[in-house]
Amino acid sequence: MSTLVVAEHDNAELKPVTLVVIAAANAIGGDIDILVAGEGCSAVADEAAKIAGVSKVLLADNAAYAHQLAENVAPLVAELGANYTHVLAGHTTTGKNFLPRVAAVLGVAQISDIISVESPDTFKRPFYAGNAIATVKSNDAIKVVSVRGTAYDGVAAEGGSAAIEAVTSVFDTGLSSFVSEEIVKLERPELTAASIVISGGRGMQNGENFKLLEGIADKLGAAIGASRAAVDAGFVPNDMQVGQTGKIVAPDLYIAVGISGAIQHLAGMKDSKVIVAINKDEDAPIFQIADYGLVADLFQALPELEALL
Amino acid sequence: MKVLVPVKRVVDANVKIRVKPDNTGVDLTNVKMTVNPFCEIAIEEAVRMKEAGTATEVVAVAVGGSACKEQLRTCLALGADRAVLIETDVDIQPLGIAKALKALQEKEQADIVLFGKQSIDGDNSQTGQMFAALTGMPQGTFASEIKIENGKAIVTREVDGGLQIISTSLPVVITTDLRLNEPRYASLPNIMKAKKKQMDVYTPEELGVDVTPTLEVLSVEPPPVRAAGIKVESVEELVDKLKNEAKVIS
Repeated sequence: MSTLVVAEHDNAELKPVTLVVIAAANAIGGDIDILVAGEGCSAVADEAAKIAGVSKVLLADNAAYAHQLAENVAPLVAELGANYTHVLAGHTTTGKNFLPRVAAVLGVAQISDIISVESPDTFKRPFYAGNAIATVKSNDAIKVVSVRGTAYDGVAAEGGSAAIEAVTSVFDTGLSSFVSEEIVKLERPELTAASIVISGGRGMQNGENFKLLEGIADKLGAAIGASRAAVDAGFVPNDMQVGQTGKIVAPDLYIAVGISGAIQHLAGMKDSKVIVAINKDEDAPIFQIADYGLVADLFQALPELEALL
Repeated sequence: MKVLVPVKRVVDANVKIRVKPDNTGVDLTNVKMTVNPFCEIAIEEAVRMKEAGTATEVVAVAVGGSACKEQLRTCLALGADRAVLIETDVDIQPLGIAKALKALQEKEQADIVLFGKQSIDGDNSQTGQMFAALTGMPQGTFASEIKIENGKAIVTREVDGGLQIISTSLPVVITTDLRLNEPRYASLPNIMKAKKKQMDVYTPEELGVDVTPTLEVLSVEPPPVRAAGIKVESVEELVDKLKNEAKVIS
């Protein structure tokens, strides 16, 4: 058995989700190789080589892979992946983009968003917004699997000394090209990596009021999230969305403010260790899963909370 | 320019689903079914392309049981010109759907194939990308804005860190994200008109496609139940509990 893990990175550094994917690969067993595909990304390969338990780092450094365009990355991963029993990536917007293409090229199914490895061919994954958990067995020769970022604790980033091998295959399909990106400069921790998350919902009433969360987030070192309702209403951008169709988080502390608790939102945060809900509607479903509920007007409670921290 | 919109029949997003007591699946008897919300956004976008003169024809397609005709009629009422059902009773999986759609695309030769980014039942987020791979088409996934100009698609994509804009050749596969548009409601006259619109039915066999699933669902269980906690009376009490009981803040 052998697993190819596709590293997630921005050509400068490795994203923490890769350590979680390697933990899932450990649960499968066998040798683990990491593919770092990008441009000018040798620092990422060096970082990957140090990860505990990695046998080999494959470095595909070429302009065709600079922006992780699925049309170019997928055939590379499929070509390399044909030599493995498992191909794994994170269930992030990057993984979701290229991995199904890899599976289709290999002619196999993909098992999306797994939360645990039961055996090398059997995995657990949530569906129906986390309201059901399926145990799924793959009968394909190669298992293509995307791993939820909260499925496992990440492996140690240090302790290994894998060899780095250059990959010479270049797939430049010319089907797509990168134009530009607007990557939000985060002054706070990233949502999926933060140990504390404070999220606002429709109850925030407008985008301006999200400022009320900022002071608290700064004091707690927290990331700021939002419900789909808040994104839908145009209060905040989509990259802040926590839920079934947004990001999945499982921080030590999750504070839901003005969020009613639709199942689609709960799907993204109910594995948090401690959940706090602040809502003026005492019948809001969010209170059914909150460890600590405060029935209060958020416009009074938030300034009070900030002052007390 | 022809736009093909694959749509999925799913449980209504507001239905609280139940796992069957024998753990073989989710109980779907007598629950409200709808067009998958992201597919609805795809239909809306295709219809807007037609209204803007970019597209000349919008074709909705579903792969599944004959009950999917209901959702296809909804798509026709929302403005699709005609519909195709690839009818199968197999509990079809994304790769099988992608293969069936590829066979249809060979007949239809659409310039833009607009998928929803994920279905709210399977939560896989695979079918559009698999279809793109099988047909050798570029893909713009999780789109929040689409522009078709000079024979190219300029797609703004919702990615984890913000937005990414890519340019692709045509034909192209695009999958819709939440903010692409707000779907309209079907008007009564349009619902009536939809009944007369063309709907073709094929089977996977007629299209020469094997849709046999390779993933086996061994069991389906409800998620662990999270017990409700306590209500606190004041912000002071909340901060005290978080500091001294839960010990998650200092």
